[in-house]
Amino acid sequence: MTWDEMTPLLWEAAGQTAQMVGWSTLFTLLFGLPLGVALVVFDRGGLRPLPALRSVLGVLVNVGRSLPFIVLMIAIIPFTRLVVGTTIGTAAVVVPLTVGAVPFFARLVETALREVGSDVVQAAQAMGASRTTIVRKVLLPEAFPGLVAGLTVTVVALIGYSAMAGTIGGGGLGDLAVRYGYQRFETLLMIVTVVLLVVIVQVVQSLGDAVARRLSHR
Amino acid sequence: MWGFLVIQVSGLRKLYGDTVALDGVDLHVREGEIHGVLGQSGAGKSTLLRCVNLLERPTAGTVTVAGQDLTALPSRELNRARQRIGMIHQHFALLSSRTVAGNVAFPLEVMGVPRAERARRVAELLDLVGLSGRGGDHPHQLSGGQKQRVGIARALAGNPSVLLSDEATSALDPATTRSILDLLKRLNAELGLTILLITHEMNVVKSICDSVAIMSGGRIEESGAIADLIRTPGSRLTREIFPLPEPAPSGSVTLTFTGDPQRPVVSEAVRKFDVEISILGGSIEELAGGSVGRLRVSITGDTAPALAFLRERGLLVEVTP
Repeated sequence: MTWDEMTPLLWEAAGQTAQMVGWSTLFTLLFGLPLGVALVVFDRGGLRPLPALRSVLGVLVNVGRSLPFIVLMIAIIPFTRLVVGTTIGTAAVVVPLTVGAVPFFARLVETALREVGSDVVQAAQAMGASRTTIVRKVLLPEAFPGLVAGLTVTVVALIGYSAMAGTIGGGGLGDLAVRYGYQRFETLLMIVTVVLLVVIVQVVQSLGDAVARRLSHR
Repeated sequence: MWGFLVIQVSGLRKLYGDTVALDGVDLHVREGEIHGVLGQSGAGKSTLLRCVNLLERPTAGTVTVAGQDLTALPSRELNRARQRIGMIHQHFALLSSRTVAGNVAFPLEVMGVPRAERARRVAELLDLVGLSGRGGDHPHQLSGGQKQRVGIARALAGNPSVLLSDEATSALDPATTRSILDLLKRLNAELGLTILLITHEMNVVKSICDSVAIMSGGRIEESGAIADLIRTPGSRLTREIFPLPEPAPSGSVTLTFTGDPQRPVVSEAVRKFDVEISILGGSIEELAGGSVGRLRVSITGDTAPALAFLRERGLLVEVTP
């Protein structure tokens, strides 16, 4: 296979990967951030201790985290159909990607929020700040560098997960590597895809690190 | 001498499981005074302070601040009451994500003060604590003493009726401690700010407190105005400020005198009466109210009239049997 033949294939696959990772990152933020906040706030000794609810959320997160992505993707097919109306294609992959990444990201959010000193939270309580104010103006801003670092790790994980999207026709770089590189013995394409994936992950990680460093005032 | 009671704590008990942290504490802080709570770590003083703004909810007892019984308030009203109670912390508790100005503005945001008004007030507060021009810095760029100044500016943002100080100088070196204590004393004098501070350092009590409560094992062992405690026989505060060998040798006399230490009462006693006085130990300390001395002496000869004379001159005379 020549470069001229490979280029459009690579472009198309990279675009699909970007779409899958982009949308699922967005939804992961949307659901994972509140879930992570809930894990901290409802915990014993948290701002609003609700141990029963906290346990339920903790179990849900652990279940989500313990399923291998490829199993999860198949297992939630009925749910995927319910949400996007189809079970194949790029859009259908965003659902399992999000479901897989939300618990992962929520745990990272939880860890980042726990890094915020209890003395700072108590100082805000002593000033008469409400719980919502403490979450919005103390916990989240203080944990921001940690949240960015967590999001970076999540995006990298999503790039990895998205490689399995080919199983349900989602396309992407991983799928390209399997179909051409493995099944058709196009070794050069395989190598190019692998290099491309490595470069993308490097760029995402460095970008995330740079942002986190810039935001950190410790 | 002072106005009404700003803080009134009565019958305060706090249990953590089976552990008794506070065992029936009464505390009264008058408007305009600096009141110290002195004790070793584990004495319960930190729990006591955190009960005053209800960061800890007491197991029993009431806490009244500026005439409001905080223990009876629903959470919204409690938050409003807390906005009028400033607090400073041992490790400063500043937000690292905000600038100095942003930290001082935080309580104003909580109170819903409009932006322009906030900026004006922040500048005023930073000026008050000697940090004008540092508003744009982040806390990590400041020294410990400067961080505590930011903490003080932040605590004063809501024009509090009282300032709670949780070991505010314990993480600072002696010279910085001195400058922070001077600042607190100045705020007390200039703004009439009432301060309740907890500390394990006698030095803090000696240099700025008007009155003190000594805590141990979750109870207050002794409390009152320092000037009064000094004149109270057997006072623990006096013993701790003036370390003399304990127990006092039998027959020895301990003299505590306030006011002008130059006044030659002892030599006067020797001249007037047929006694010999030899000094066993003693020292003079500068306290907030003036200088106070304490001498351990042994008196031989016609002791009774000499002791009566010393008492008459206003000295506290304690004879060890």
